[in-house]
Amino acid sequence: MSKVTTMQDAVRELVRDGDTVAIEGFTHLICFAAGHEIIRQRRRDLTLARMTPDVVYDQMIGAGVASKLIFSWMGNPGVGNLHAVRRRVETADPAPLEIEEYSHFGMVCRYMAGAANLPFFPIRSYYESDIPTVNPKIVPMRSPYDESDEVFVVPPLKPDVAVVHAQRADAAGDTQIWGLMGCQKEVAFAAHKVIVVVEEVVDEAVIRRDPNRTVIPGAVVDAVVEEPFACHPSFAQGYYDRDNRFYLEWDRIAKEQETLDAWLDEWVYGLANHSEYVQKYGDAYWDALRPEPAPSGEVDYGRYA
Amino acid sequence: MSDAAADLGYSKSELMIAASARLLGGVSNCFVGVGLPNIVCNLAQRTVAPELQLVYESGVYGARPERLPLSIGDPTLATGSTAVTSMFELFAFYLQAGLIDVAFLGGAQIDRYGNLNTTVIGDYAHPNVRLPGSGGACEIAIHARQILVIMRQAQRSFVERLDFRTSPGHSGDPAHDAARGWWGSGPTSVVTDLATYTFDGPTGEMTLRTLHPGVTLDDVRANMGWEPKVGVDLGGTPAPTDDELRLIREELDPGGVYTK
Repeated sequence: MSKVTTMQDAVRELVRDGDTVAIEGFTHLICFAAGHEIIRQRRRDLTLARMTPDVVYDQMIGAGVASKLIFSWMGNPGVGNLHAVRRRVETADPAPLEIEEYSHFGMVCRYMAGAANLPFFPIRSYYESDIPTVNPKIVPMRSPYDESDEVFVVPPLKPDVAVVHAQRADAAGDTQIWGLMGCQKEVAFAAHKVIVVVEEVVDEAVIRRDPNRTVIPGAVVDAVVEEPFACHPSFAQGYYDRDNRFYLEWDRIAKEQETLDAWLDEWVYGLANHSEYVQKYGDAYWDALRPEPAPSGEVDYGRYA
Repeated sequence: MSDAAADLGYSKSELMIAASARLLGGVSNCFVGVGLPNIVCNLAQRTVAPELQLVYESGVYGARPERLPLSIGDPTLATGSTAVTSMFELFAFYLQAGLIDVAFLGGAQIDRYGNLNTTVIGDYAHPNVRLPGSGGACEIAIHARQILVIMRQAQRSFVERLDFRTSPGHSGDPAHDAARGWWGSGPTSVVTDLATYTFDGPTGEMTLRTLHPGVTLDDVRANMGWEPKVGVDLGGTPAPTDDELRLIREELDPGGVYTK
């Protein structure tokens, strides 16, 4: 059964005010286009979860869609701060933002617990750190098998909606990723509803030719959106490079709410959809971000008829 | 002190990079962090540690970047690497299970025992400056066999008391440290823009080991929040060699992104 739809319809049908939404992707495969559509549809009071809130969450939080942030590292990687997030955390400008923070391993294991239907996940971290003192959900626990062995546990995180970008999927949502994996798989299995956004929707036969590369099965996917360049300024391995220039540019844009608002007006509210965003940059811009090919060698699965 | 190193034919950053890279001699698996460690590890791989496997928390083991990565998730890290893993595997199987020999950390604040703050300046609930947070630092500090710290040195960053302890260093009590049972022996070196430090002493206190060319003990004292312990064999930091400078300038960072 085809789950292919548009970004507009996927967000309209699956993302509700007050939801916990996770747009994941670790530097790689961050679906900015989904963030922009959520802004465009003026969702409110979201709890945004993400290991590394970066520019896409600065845009969403600057646009006022969120009241809470769950994270492990926030910043503009390689550049500096998230100005809109900091304004809200430091001076409640223009409104306070509740935060709940973990370490990277803690966030990964929250998704793992959610995906595996476990009540908590034990990790060896947080020893002698102040993080558990500001987050009571991070709890020390003695091993039932060895009284002297103490771990910390983190609770499952099951977002209402996960948005996962990938290179390709078939119409049923069977999804393949290569390059940095982030926790795309874990968040997809953990979430109640999953929107998969891909560079290309491909025939089921393409997926079946290389099943080891399938990260997410269609069984947990609710919507498939084909949206080329949807990660920009993040990247899709083999399709386009990270647009480091934009990350630098965002530092200037986000410094004042006025310039941030003007950017939203021009690049989000002023455009109907991501296709218009792609057209607005123009073909030459995208050509410059395209890498030289470096195909993998093929493996032989063998035919066992 | 002024930018004395610049008069010597290299920048402070180049000196920090070269001094840090030399600490990686013989190291196998190194967890690479954002910023300067990126170029430090790539320099070490071309000089003192040809067997060095670059490990990135983004899930890359054995990276062979063809260009200088601008983030720890740069696409050049995946292409041509030994392995790309899930982040769970990277943190659980590689880091938590003890495969990482050395990791780089930094922060907004460090204390004399190498505890680090990357979370907040001021009160947590009402911060003066909200910093990025832990990322992987909290678990890296515990599990990597040794931690190398690269930071610029100033009164506000080398502090008597941290505003927030994100990542644990030494406790100041050797018996306590020995009883922790962690893989890691905590921070072993700090490289700043003024000097290098070790934590060799019995209490694990940061100890001045070398002064950079043109830097005096008074310069160091003026830029830290406590009276530094000075090593009995205090020496000078060797200047970057011509070969190190050539690699940095021509091969690793021709655009001067990290070294200007």
